[in-house]
Amino acid sequence: MNNENISERLNKSKVSTWVADNIVSLIFVAFTLFGFLVSDGVTMNFFLTELSSRFFRNAFLVLALVIPVVAGLGLNFGIVVGAMAGQIAIAIVLYFGWGGLNGLLLTMLIALPIATLFGYLTGMLYNKTRGQEMIASLMVGYFANGIYQFLFLFVVGVIIKVPKTHPMIKPDGVGVRMTVDMGAYDKGGLKYTLDKIWEIPFMWAILAIFAAILLLQLWKIIRNKKNPALYRYNKTMTVINIILCLAMIAISVQAITTNSSLMMVRKVPVVTGLFIVALCIFNELILKTKLGQDFRSVGQSQHIAEVSGINVDKTRIIATIMSTVFAAWGQIMYLQNMGTLNTYGAHTQIGMFSVAALLVGGASTQKAGVKHAIMGTILFNSMFIMSPEIGLSLFGNALLGEYFRTFMVYGVIGLALGLHVWRTNKKGKVTLN
Amino acid sequence: MSDNLLSLKHVSKEYSGNKVLKDINIELKKGEIHALIGENGAGKSTLMNILFGMSVIHTTGGYEGTIEIEGKETHIKSPHDAMDYGIGMVHQEFMLIPGFSIMENVKLNREITKPNLVSPIFGKRLETLNIEQMNEDTRKALDLLDMDIEEYVQVAGLPVGHMQFIEIAREIDKTGIKILVFDEPTAVLAESEAANLLKAMKKLAQKGIGILFISHRLDEIIDVADVVTVLRDGEHVATKKVKDTNKYEIAQLMVGRSITIDREEGTNRNIVDETILDIENLFVAMPGERVKGVDIKVKKGEIVGIGGLAGQGKLGIANGIMGIFPAKGEVKFKGKKSALNDPKSAIKSGLAFVSEDRKGVGLLLDESIESNIAFSAMQIYNEFLVNAGPVKLKDSKKIREHANKMIKELDIRCTSSMQRVGSLSGGNQQKVCVARALTLAPELLLVSEPTRGIDIGAKKLVLDLLKQLNNEGMTIIMTSSELAELRSICDRILIICEGKVEGVLPPDAPDAEFGLMMSGSGNGNMEGREA
Repeated sequence: MNNENISERLNKSKVSTWVADNIVSLIFVAFTLFGFLVSDGVTMNFFLTELSSRFFRNAFLVLALVIPVVAGLGLNFGIVVGAMAGQIAIAIVLYFGWGGLNGLLLTMLIALPIATLFGYLTGMLYNKTRGQEMIASLMVGYFANGIYQFLFLFVVGVIIKVPKTHPMIKPDGVGVRMTVDMGAYDKGGLKYTLDKIWEIPFMWAILAIFAAILLLQLWKIIRNKKNPALYRYNKTMTVINIILCLAMIAISVQAITTNSSLMMVRKVPVVTGLFIVALCIFNELILKTKLGQDFRSVGQSQHIAEVSGINVDKTRIIATIMSTVFAAWGQIMYLQNMGTLNTYGAHTQIGMFSVAALLVGGASTQKAGVKHAIMGTILFNSMFIMSPEIGLSLFGNALLGEYFRTFMVYGVIGLALGLHVWRTNKKGKVTLN
Repeated sequence: MSDNLLSLKHVSKEYSGNKVLKDINIELKKGEIHALIGENGAGKSTLMNILFGMSVIHTTGGYEGTIEIEGKETHIKSPHDAMDYGIGMVHQEFMLIPGFSIMENVKLNREITKPNLVSPIFGKRLETLNIEQMNEDTRKALDLLDMDIEEYVQVAGLPVGHMQFIEIAREIDKTGIKILVFDEPTAVLAESEAANLLKAMKKLAQKGIGILFISHRLDEIIDVADVVTVLRDGEHVATKKVKDTNKYEIAQLMVGRSITIDREEGTNRNIVDETILDIENLFVAMPGERVKGVDIKVKKGEIVGIGGLAGQGKLGIANGIMGIFPAKGEVKFKGKKSALNDPKSAIKSGLAFVSEDRKGVGLLLDESIESNIAFSAMQIYNEFLVNAGPVKLKDSKKIREHANKMIKELDIRCTSSMQRVGSLSGGNQQKVCVARALTLAPELLLVSEPTRGIDIGAKKLVLDLLKQLNNEGMTIIMTSSELAELRSICDRILIICEGKVEGVLPPDAPDAEFGLMMSGSGNGNMEGREA
């Protein structure tokens, strides 16, 4: 039995499909670089400030999408439902005026059971719409939006009696206002409650992050040395990663010591960052458990998993609940950064944008990881920042860039789905060989 | 008797009044390889479904008779029960997850875990996987099978032979495995891989595992099995010690039918010595029915039969000629080379095809009889159409006239030509398919499985119709899994085995020769033929 042949063949196919696998990411990298080339108004400072604030706002939501993909549910547009759960919790907390850090933690606590219930119901729906989960998740978002509006526009005021004079309530006493100010963190509100706990300069954060990644890579190598069969790693990727880490550490040390203009980039919220890191670690660790292995089995083949005795339906529901709860918390983190609750609009776009971000990171409907979520959030938001600049410098109109932005978001989703179908068809095509 | 690992006693099963298994008795001893042989539909899979407690058995009223494992009567109610009793199955279609490593597949849903910080609170499902231990176990199972492949290699991209071994590794890794069922394990393997597998089976048997080996390759059975049981049409024909029997006898037992073949020659047949269809080195990529290089010459006015077991490629030939699945090779029709992979030109050249997939490819089930009959002719020859300026319209009157004529000629039982085809019985649906093919006025008709899923009376009508068409001068190539019907109307019968023509037989050749050819031993020596 010839093993060499097999590994050779596997390697060959890896190289040739790399470009096809990463085409979406490559388009976005090229687009961002193109933006820097044509627009002279964008400074590195402005770009990084924008990027870091957007990243810390969105990353948690994008990470919430990873588990459903692993469990074979595809791209869970249904995180919109989770976001609604988060907003309901925020509305409750704001109504009673429980602000500050305790208020925020309470919000998360209240969101937990609501999102669990929503996730359970969504998961049941996905089990009934097997094979069509993605379109079902899209629809469940729209459907839930109707119930959400009914709740906020009618139930609040007509069924649940509220005082007309409350600042959240519309002047006629029925329904919640379109926009609700969440109040400053130090004045009993929720704005920046998480972000402002501890902030450090941007370059220090870069230094810390890449030092951590470097240590992780070294740990992988040491572990491999101890037990090569059990812990394997990709040598070239590790070397590239280490070089990249060293370069970034050098840049940040240089910036810190010379106090260069990069130190002027807006400070970074550490606690929010830690929440994101925690979810990254959770997503990785869960895969090392029995439950995670079940997610993967179910995701790879429901039939074989079923035959092997795994409770497929239950496993899928657990995956959906996890995603929904994380989305609820992600939305809370997003809104505490925004500072105002756009009652009827804040949740509507997050499904599309988060999914697009994940796809840009190189994920597909069947494969997604923490790496894809993080890379995707960075690349997708880079595009968001650059597109008005490109519109301005090429056509003299920032609005054109705005249109382009919309085009890119939906285009990416369409392209990724199209590529996926194309590739599956190619794989399944009957040939004479 | 006490060393019987498994005994099936008087097992019968019926599906809605239709007896598919009648009084089967099988005994499997420790360390024995017991072969089970029979044609498609002989009841092998039903028997296995009973043994594994598949839900399809229990939802259709259970079975009769008893199953004893190690002398104790047992009731196997679910596949999980079967697993608990130590019965394992090596599936024909692989139950492997391609994206997983070998170890992950072997340990699928039997993962070994160890507790971690959170598992005491959230339960066993959140325990960490013990990869080291799982690798070790997998290694042991692989070593037992002499597999020197690493346990962490991904399954996707491995040769099929390896996959089969991984399935076996999974079964023997299960603790307390006593009985292993191999369901046609060598069907997908190359020769050397098959030899490896048989070696592994012998090795497992030596370790005291009882093996039930389902196969239709006679050579293999003679090679490895100790005992062979032959099933035919749900009946237990015979159980023999392999050393007391031979290929020839087994083949005869497998095919032999009590029903006599009534065969009458047509009166004014007229077979010309002119080759109308000349197939050379045809390859067809039909999933599950691959054709791997066949040569066939068909004379004008003949009825040629194509037979063989399911999955050997007999269905692929007609589908390849008609361009339904990708094909390569040389096909000459009436001396002219015909284009492959192009259904339109195949029909235009004078071929017509009645597909085995009546409901999928053959008919538009929600359309009326008349539009089904006229459909192909409208598409290919622009018949039944009237020009109305830039658009072409259906000529309903002409279609109806033609359909009514066909209904009368072929005796299609229906309320009117406007009846929905989906509401017709199987036999009448088949006649609609034939009617549509005839509307194309073909010179050569390819018919695949013309009697599949229709009752005995209708079968005779369809076969008579084919005979009558042939008398009128049409050349026919009929593909069928039912040997008896091929033998009743064909002039000669080609047996396809493993994608190639195994041999050609006259319809009145003895049963055993058909049996041997279908099992791929047609060219083997016929020792014991006189026995």
